Amino acid sequence: MLSAAASPFSRALKESALATLIVAGLAFPIIAFRADPDFNNLLELSARWPLFLAFCALGFGLRFLLSLWESRPKAALALAQATTGKQRKWLAPAALAALVAYPLLILALLGPQAALKWVDTFGVQILLYVLLGWGLNITVGLAGLLDLGYVAFYAVGAYGYALLAPLTGLSFWALLPVCGLLAAFWGFCIGFPVLRLRGDYLAIVTLAFGEMLRIVAVNWDAVTKGEAGLYGFPGLTFFGLPFIPGPRGFAAHFGVAFAGVHKLIFLYYLVLAIALLANFVSIRLRRLPLGRAWEALREDEIACRALGLDTAKIKLTAFALGAFFAGVAGCLFALRQGFVSPSSFTFTESATILAIVVLGGGGSQFGVAMAAALIVGSSELLRELTFLKAIFGENFDPTQYRMLLVGIAMVAMMNFRPRGLVSMRQPTITLGPEPEARS
Amino acid sequence: MTGFAWIDDPLLRVDRVTMRFGGLTAVNDVSFSVGRGDITALIGPNGAGKTTLFNCLTGFYKPTVGRIAFSPKGGLDDDRIDELTATARRNSNDGGEDLYLLERMADFEIAKKARIARTFQNIRLFSGMSALENLIVAQHIALTPASGYGVFGLIGLPSYRRAESEAVERAKKWLERIGLRRRADDPAGALPYGDQRRLEIARAMCANPALLCLDEPAAGLNANESHGLATLLREIRGESGVSILLIEHDMAVVMAISDHVVVLDYGQKIADGSPLEVRENPAVIAAYLGVEDEELGPAEAELTAETKP
Amino acid sequence: MEIFLQQLINGVTLGSIYGLIAIGYTMVFGIIGMVNFAHGDVFMLSAFIALLLLLLLTQGFGVAEGPAFVVVLFASMALTALWNFVIERVAYRRLRGSFRLAPLISAIGMSTFLANFVTVTQGPNNKSIPPFLDKVIAITSGGAYDVTLSYKQILIVAVTAALLAAFWYVVQKTPLGRAQRACEQDAKMAALLGVDVDRTIALTFVIGAALAAVAGSLFLLHYGVVKSSDGFVPGVKAFTAAVLGGIGSLPGAVLGGMAIGLIETMWGQYFSSDYKDVAAFSILAVTLIFMPSGLLGRPDVEKV
Ligand SMILES: Nc1ncnc2c1ncn2[C@@H]1O[C@H](COP(=O)(O)OP(=O)(O)O)[C@@H](O)[C@H]1O
Ligand SMILES: [Mg+2]
Repeated sequence: MLSAAASPFSRALKESALATLIVAGLAFPIIAFRADPDFNNLLELSARWPLFLAFCALGFGLRFLLSLWESRPKAALALAQATTGKQRKWLAPAALAALVAYPLLILALLGPQAALKWVDTFGVQILLYVLLGWGLNITVGLAGLLDLGYVAFYAVGAYGYALLAPLTGLSFWALLPVCGLLAAFWGFCIGFPVLRLRGDYLAIVTLAFGEMLRIVAVNWDAVTKGEAGLYGFPGLTFFGLPFIPGPRGFAAHFGVAFAGVHKLIFLYYLVLAIALLANFVSIRLRRLPLGRAWEALREDEIACRALGLDTAKIKLTAFALGAFFAGVAGCLFALRQGFVSPSSFTFTESATILAIVVLGGGGSQFGVAMAAALIVGSSELLRELTFLKAIFGENFDPTQYRMLLVGIAMVAMMNFRPRGLVSMRQPTITLGPEPEARS
Repeated sequence: MTGFAWIDDPLLRVDRVTMRFGGLTAVNDVSFSVGRGDITALIGPNGAGKTTLFNCLTGFYKPTVGRIAFSPKGGLDDDRIDELTATARRNSNDGGEDLYLLERMADFEIAKKARIARTFQNIRLFSGMSALENLIVAQHIALTPASGYGVFGLIGLPSYRRAESEAVERAKKWLERIGLRRRADDPAGALPYGDQRRLEIARAMCANPALLCLDEPAAGLNANESHGLATLLREIRGESGVSILLIEHDMAVVMAISDHVVVLDYGQKIADGSPLEVRENPAVIAAYLGVEDEELGPAEAELTAETKP
Repeated sequence: MEIFLQQLINGVTLGSIYGLIAIGYTMVFGIIGMVNFAHGDVFMLSAFIALLLLLLLTQGFGVAEGPAFVVVLFASMALTALWNFVIERVAYRRLRGSFRLAPLISAIGMSTFLANFVTVTQGPNNKSIPPFLDKVIAITSGGAYDVTLSYKQILIVAVTAALLAAFWYVVQKTPLGRAQRACEQDAKMAALLGVDVDRTIALTFVIGAALAAVAGSLFLLHYGVVKSSDGFVPGVKAFTAAVLGGIGSLPGAVLGGMAIGLIETMWGQYFSSDYKDVAAFSILAVTLIFMPSGLLGRPDVEKV
């Protein structure tokens, strides 16, 4: 009796000791020391033993708990299974109402000055990522094509607007679909040769194309103005009324005091409307032969071909449609930022959007939206918490921690829920239970 | 008239097909025909090259050498085949009947245009999708034009809704047929093995094929399930008139349902004829049946039982 | 001509480093068919470990740079190997047989984690060490341009060659190598025949990391500077090398590494150094699209 009770405990101890050793090995130079340049620009080592010890202790503690958890009576297992919430009918309308009310509410609560940031970073920015996530979700989540160069299409949209707006004099209403089509065209051109590659090669080649496009944007000074980027292109107008102070501006026309936030609120609703449209299209397409073919392609490409599906064409549509959304998002990004430079389109950006799709559970619209809000919103929130700077030092940049956590989350997601929402995927069409008949 | 459909009214003619992988010759100079409306069995020991031959037929491999002619309505005619072979084209329909040279076509075109459907030795269902969805994806070719290539369906036109509900009806019929109506909305991957095998056959049938190719449909089934499968296949053939080409190891099934048996060994054809002929063939007995005497016993019993009434 | 010769020497040096990293990609791909996206970041991590250890030895213990570097080389091999061992255990082992994109996505997550882990713990800036071992031998002199060969370059090429020889011996002649090749052919069958597949795969990651760590130390020696984003581009280039050589083929990885090193330096010299990364990326795309089995890989028909 006694030994049976003691043995899991002592085993846990032994395992944790080993884990501590391993953590110490991992943490040894990289956590224990930090190299920083001194005044002569020579690197100087500073020791961080407390941090090192903290990591070792953490390793010990976690492993210890894990060991105990693993040796718990197995009956507990069944419990974890049962809870999968039913889709709630009121969720979507409630979320929509909240989204529509959000900027006005913020404006009413905080006033035009303080509302600026909240509408912009927490409104427009997150919605842009939601749009990007939904776009990539078509390519990755539905069709199962891992596109690591997605940001390139985003860039095509942004540069497309920044270059075409002054050149053609067209309004953004006209350029919005043009940017989308431009990106889709690029998707088509890149997709054409690469889509017959196996999944992971496809990922790498799209990555290569994405990086090439960025390097071109950096170096082709004559057109892209290099790292300095493009600015000064026409901005957003309210059906022809510019958001400027003077008498010809939006504020004067409607007889309200000028405020920068007006433009952002308009942009917010614009992005919201486009995102909802994208959502509608995605949801509808999922129930059409094309959408079902995308999902079938994700499941088994060979079986698709055996059923007569032209997989190359079907992949191309998924790729191009995903790119279209990114192009539109890029155009909106240019409108929001008023400034387009290559540094907004690095691989990290692609990885972030991919993480949004993956953590959103690959395939679920709502999950993707939540993941976008979480990933983008959380680090912005952290940035707001100035006291963190006091703890972590002046150079504290929450974005780095965000990507650190995002990386861990992606690994965890693949390990524990590799198919994400596919496992809780709702069929696109159902027969329902068999009607009670012939008895 | 010989009374043998594979001579009188063939719909598939495999002509001196050879498939090599590097130094390995998996299929060596094999020729045979499949009769319209027949159940043709392709048998042979493991590694004989049966699956490879299937892959050549369905376009997943390009045969190193050889010609494969197919006409969905049967009545293959050597002169027409030669005529088409001389051109660079893949198909002709000047004689009224469609004629295809499969070795010139891509895999999906074979399924789409020549209407050859197949199953796989290692089941390839869309396992994350529901059983019903599997059967609807199989009708993609018919549904796509009805959906206006995505456009009409997107705005919800009734013509598409009608087409879709027809597809659902068809799927439902097949689900009832294979006894999976109750599990229509479950992911295909969650079904028991035997159900998955039958669902894969139903999926192939939903594509409305002229020739159904089944790669070891009874593999992994118990005796009872195998028997049910044999009945199902015979019914399918009887109702829809589809021709069936199957690879099978279960001799009971082969002898019970096939009209024509082709035997491969080490990539070569060693026998070709009616089940009775093949069973008596000494080369076959030596290569294949000889080793599995005990399997032949019940097969024979079953065969006589089946033919009695 | 002198310039060409100089760039040839530089290209081979750089190629050695790429080749060492490429082996890690090619071995892992060979054995579990996975593109180990995080390998470039493991390489970067190893360069940081080497940097810190070198500073520790020279500043903390006053060891001379030469001997210190030898110790650092082996220590960072061991520590990086430990890292990759843990990474395989945590991020990839459970994913064998999971859905097909899972390992790659997990590797991307791991790559993101590693790059930002180093950024967070060491800062995002360049870390440069004072140059050492920078004596040069003049090969030609008196011309318009003196072609030189530095001690560093000799060391880099020599270490690479020695390691490759040792490594080649391991893969060809030892039971471990046999087990590895068996798993490559057919992991299930190998397991049935009593090969410990888990252990073999873990060892593959360990060896790959050790070679990447050598590359990391040599990279530090060569450039004298490293930063936390240095995993990405060299990683992609080394992967390009593996693909160009024929992924799965060990001599191919080395050959590909040399090719990429040479192309990069020559391109930088004769065309434009702004676009030198474009050269590598386009080789990657072109190879994968037009000859996915590379120079030395064996073409295979997709089994159905
Ligand atoms: N894609 C391929 N690459 C290399 N060899 C193959 C390939 N496909 C099949 N083979 C080989 O061809 C031979 C015949 O295999 P297969 O057609 O599967 O036999 P069967 O289905 O009759 O059991 C086997 O030796 C097999 O290893
Ligand atoms: Mg077979």
